[in-house]
Amino acid sequence: MKRTLILAAALIGSGAVVSAQTVSPDDVAYDEYGSIEVSLSGAAGDPAVGAEIMSDRGQGNCVACHQVSALTAAFQGNIGPSLDGAGDRWDEAQLRGIVADAKMTFPDSMMPSFYKVSGFIRPGNAYTGKAADDTFTSLLTAQQIEDVVAYLATLKE
Amino acid sequence: MKRTGLLQTAGLIGLIAMATTATAQDDSQLVVNGEIEMVTDAPAPENIGGLKTIYSGWRFRQSEMQALQTDDFENPGAYAIDEGVEMWATVEGSEGKSCASCHEDIEDSMAGVRAVYPKWNESKGQVMTLAQQINDCRTEQMGAEAWKYDGGDMTSMEAAISLQSRGMPVNVATDGPAADAWAKGEEMYYTRYGQLELSCANCHEDNYDNNIRADHLSQGQINGFPAFRIKTGKLTQTHNRFKGCIRDTRAETFSPGSDEFVALELYVASRGNGLSVEAPSVRP
Repeated sequence: MKRTLILAAALIGSGAVVSAQTVSPDDVAYDEYGSIEVSLSGAAGDPAVGAEIMSDRGQGNCVACHQVSALTAAFQGNIGPSLDGAGDRWDEAQLRGIVADAKMTFPDSMMPSFYKVSGFIRPGNAYTGKAADDTFTSLLTAQQIEDVVAYLATLKE
Repeated sequence: MKRTGLLQTAGLIGLIAMATTATAQDDSQLVVNGEIEMVTDAPAPENIGGLKTIYSGWRFRQSEMQALQTDDFENPGAYAIDEGVEMWATVEGSEGKSCASCHEDIEDSMAGVRAVYPKWNESKGQVMTLAQQINDCRTEQMGAEAWKYDGGDMTSMEAAISLQSRGMPVNVATDGPAADAWAKGEEMYYTRYGQLELSCANCHEDNYDNNIRADHLSQGQINGFPAFRIKTGKLTQTHNRFKGCIRDTRAETFSPGSDEFVALELYVASRGNGLSVEAPSVRP
């Protein structure tokens, strides 16, 4: 009994279990400015994890296009605006909306939509060049979006 | 703590400065073997939106890589020229012919050919790439097997033929019977493919000279193809590069030799009308 509970807790911690409060990508409610009011995972984000997601080439890799002085990741890009001070410029709901689908806030943005699963032209199976199959998921999970948002909120000048 | 932050910042600025040493706007000029003067910037063709000046990919490279292309003894892609020239004279197929049987000397007959491909073929009723034309010669004239579109034989032959136009301005026709394919290629150029929803233009028109992490984005010009890629250690064909680029948008990509890539090649080649044919170029 106790062992089962611990196992369940571990699964929740690893994100393997989708909580009842998780909003699926097709059900996200954006307001007219592209903001999302409520947590997509139903839980708070972890800024330390968010910093890792933003630096990791295999995850968000936000620094591919954005410069963030507080992150030590090498070769930060300059395609998008610097994110220094992002926590001053945007509130949490705005940040969540931009990370999940920036095109809802900035219609012409080049930024990929990190919490979206439909509406693509020739979606692929990751970087294989082959067509997407039933393993297709959003670029980040609901909790990863929350973690990134939590980190961005700490970027104050 | 603060000192570390300052040091890191200084280090980062240093890295950025290094990464942008060879910008498109630098005035390095490419001269190959001390005699072939290349045009690496030119006014953008009139039917190309979004660019005022076109730049060869060579202008975006670090000086060490730039230097590799200035001398055929240093150029790691030069091996293909010998291979291609040898194959030019090799008899293959049921008709007992080589390329030379009909076209004689490669230096004379192929001068200027690369510069105008892809090109409308009246008898076929379609725009054909140089690779398609080579395979057409093999199957229709020589009675030989077609080569794999982006295989090593084909790429070497393309390089050997392209070399005969080195230094000449790219000048593909975009009007007349080629207009439909060109328009299809243009539409593809601005289509945001894949899960990352990126078009060619997002990176190569709107953001050339900027960096995606360590990648210094060029205009994606193809005047230097086939290009020797340091990353793969071999000569790479245009369609092979297109395939990889679209794959990297997390898309279902297209196949080398497909109608889509023929159209895209025509359009992208036309964006470089006025730049010099550089093959074999050296790229990251």
